Amino acid sequence: MNVTRRKFLKDTAALVGGLVIGFHLPARGRAYAAGMDAAKVYPPDAFIHIAPDDQITIVVNKSEMGQGVYTSLPMLINEELEADWSRINVMSAPVASVYNHTHMPMQLTGGSSSVSSSWDQMRRVGAIARVLLVRAAAEKWGVPEKECQVENGQVIHAASGRRAGYGSLTEAAAKFPLPEKVELKQPVDFKLIGKATKRLDTPAKTDGSAVFGLDVYLPGMLTVLIARSPVFGGTVKSYNADEARKQRGVHGIYQVPTGIAVAADGFWTAKTARDLLQIEWEEGNGARLSTPEMFAEYLELAKKPGLVARHDGDAAKGMSGAYRTVAAEYQVPYLAHAAMEPLNVVVDLKPGHCAIWTGTQAQTMDRAAAARVAGLKPEQVEIHTTFLGGGFGRRANPRSDFVTEAVQVAVAVGKPVKVVWTREDDMQGGNYRPMWADRIEAGIDREGKPLAWKHTIVGQSIVEGTPFSAFMVHAGIDATSVEGAATIPYLIPNIAVELHSPKNEVPVQWWRSVGHSHTAFVVETMMDELAHMAGRDPVAYRLAFLPADSRYRGVLKLAAEKSGWGKLPAGRAHGVAVHQSFDSFVAHVAEVSLEDGRIRVHRVVSAVDCGMVVNPDGVRQQIESAIVYGLSAALHGEITLDKGRVVQSNFNDYPPLRFSEMPKVDVHIVESGMPPSGIGEPGTPPIAPAVANAVFALTGKRLRRMPFGQESLA
Amino acid sequence: MISFHLNGKETRVDADPGTPLLWVLRDHLQLTGTKYGCGIAQCGACTVHLDGRAVRSCVTPLSMASGKKVATIEGLSETELGKKVQAAWQEVDVPQCGYCQSGQIMAAAALLKEHPHPTDSQITDAMDGILCRCGTYNRIRSAIRLASGGEK
Repeated sequence: MNVTRRKFLKDTAALVGGLVIGFHLPARGRAYAAGMDAAKVYPPDAFIHIAPDDQITIVVNKSEMGQGVYTSLPMLINEELEADWSRINVMSAPVASVYNHTHMPMQLTGGSSSVSSSWDQMRRVGAIARVLLVRAAAEKWGVPEKECQVENGQVIHAASGRRAGYGSLTEAAAKFPLPEKVELKQPVDFKLIGKATKRLDTPAKTDGSAVFGLDVYLPGMLTVLIARSPVFGGTVKSYNADEARKQRGVHGIYQVPTGIAVAADGFWTAKTARDLLQIEWEEGNGARLSTPEMFAEYLELAKKPGLVARHDGDAAKGMSGAYRTVAAEYQVPYLAHAAMEPLNVVVDLKPGHCAIWTGTQAQTMDRAAAARVAGLKPEQVEIHTTFLGGGFGRRANPRSDFVTEAVQVAVAVGKPVKVVWTREDDMQGGNYRPMWADRIEAGIDREGKPLAWKHTIVGQSIVEGTPFSAFMVHAGIDATSVEGAATIPYLIPNIAVELHSPKNEVPVQWWRSVGHSHTAFVVETMMDELAHMAGRDPVAYRLAFLPADSRYRGVLKLAAEKSGWGKLPAGRAHGVAVHQSFDSFVAHVAEVSLEDGRIRVHRVVSAVDCGMVVNPDGVRQQIESAIVYGLSAALHGEITLDKGRVVQSNFNDYPPLRFSEMPKVDVHIVESGMPPSGIGEPGTPPIAPAVANAVFALTGKRLRRMPFGQESLA
Repeated sequence: MISFHLNGKETRVDADPGTPLLWVLRDHLQLTGTKYGCGIAQCGACTVHLDGRAVRSCVTPLSMASGKKVATIEGLSETELGKKVQAAWQEVDVPQCGYCQSGQIMAAAALLKEHPHPTDSQITDAMDGILCRCGTYNRIRSAIRLASGGEK
């Protein structure tokens, strides 16, 4: 793939105009551009463009944020299309309903769902295109379709020795009606799916030509930085911009709903001028929030009955009949996503039209938000999705915060603008993974069998009040708050899982693996605690209480076997955790030691069952990535508030894992015939508990607060 | 007007001498391969070569580049070493989101120029200042070994 900046701008402009090159049916092509739906049969020309020279462009309707979707979705299409893989280019889809998520009425990349939700759709797209190309060749040659084969971008009639490249057949193919039904290959016949395949975006990401949102420059564009309230929910009381306005290169200062915007000829001018603003803020109620007091309130709440998310048997009775019991409290902090590319949006607003370039995971929602602000119809707004310099959930904001603000700025400034968040703006800008407090009471019987489990969760709802609440909040329970906890897999006769969802001014959002990012830590460290209380091996104990047919078992056994579970020299220890999220199962065995009282993770052996695998190397990449993301949080990550102000500001005080801290990672994939499930997120949840459990095995100290760095282990 | 050699070409820029080289490259010259990540020399996404040494361009004022040689990711493929590093990166399939990779590659190229066969600890020292949130560190180590003529 060769996504240079000029080419990116040109290609997206061409596609948004509704012009589909090569393989297109004009009438339908216009229909997609107008946003009409394509119902059940997914027409190939929205996703596949074949040029007369056989160059193929695949339009990907998911955002590439590192997870490899610009490779995996083309693999699905080409499994059936059988084009020449080396002639495949990728471009990002414009916003149109044909590009909606197959499970949701919007274009969205999230929930580790890109491959699973596109698995049938993209193979069908490829198959439909192939059937039409074969039909065109067969008609041209006057031979039966059945006698024609496809190979490497050509239709071949072996008996007569005739061949035709796809590019020469598109015009004829486009005249046929779409087939009602297509036969898809059986897995045994897959040529591409299941083979380790190099990412198509790697060349552009090694020579500086890949275009991220921050790399988009338009003629006459101004760079805008915004001074936002230091306290969530605060507003501007008064401001003085006299000094800022005098700076050379400053175009103007504007009050916008989120603060004071400085528009200048470049980032440095805008930042220098912003530093000179004098602003008095009306801080509002958010100023009462400080982290220690918030945790104290949360832990009090955790002792009170909440909304019931799961109720099996009678947990209170089970506890009173238990041989031994334990009660434990857990704290996990707010976390910033801290993608390497800070948020940014380019907006070119003209009468009757708004063009936006940004790395977003949520095009349809952002388009609607932009249209509302600009007073336009959604169809008058085009979104060009660039590469995302990391997403991790932050770029799928249910309130479209960064796009809304950027269009407000564009309205105020009246010129093309690039709104840039500094690292500090990004880190202090909220939309965090919620802070959580948990309380678990559990009991075992004389034989060590878990008898009762009462888990109370306290934390803000991510989904309540967003467009997702209709299908993700039931009877007051946000499914993402209790995922991984209400779904605890172990055979325990008495289970109660309850939820409190307090509200405050801090905006919260999905962060890689969402609720699982805290529930796996709590559940899997407590299961480990029960195993030790019962005097049993943590792997054997889990296996004893996992259902016989459960897919947890396979990954747990494989990780234990490949890690040489428990066989380590003195000074080192293993810890294990297993968790299911996004329909995939992951077990990690972490090998740790202490170096000067600090946790050192040497190696992680991981086993994953994510159903059928499209790109095994992509799976390995995502597990490596998810481990690092989870380890950064487990060892270092913490956003705290002091009188409503965020204490951390940049990578010096919110340190992600560095090169020197990186463990060896071995990934083992369970062979499976099950449909594909998620892979971007499921590796994150079990890493924190695996490390905490290893630290217990090493030191006898239970870690119940993240990040672990704050506990003394020396 | 400040002049320097940028990827082998004489370049003149009319900007405040205190402007960080990063923003001169991006906003004035539109060489966008060099990335902004933190602005305080904590993440290394902005790493470029100044007279052959890896520096953080976000804290390097333009005045410091005056009369010197500046190399960015865009110029890297013009050198044999640069080509080798990029090829190794592609062979190992290092990048995920890719945003930090210009900085990673520039840091690796500077390391390999100084130490054509770096030890593991030399690799760690050279790369520890460049953050990656996608967790590509192990692949970066493999790619550096490969580029130095070793095995992955």
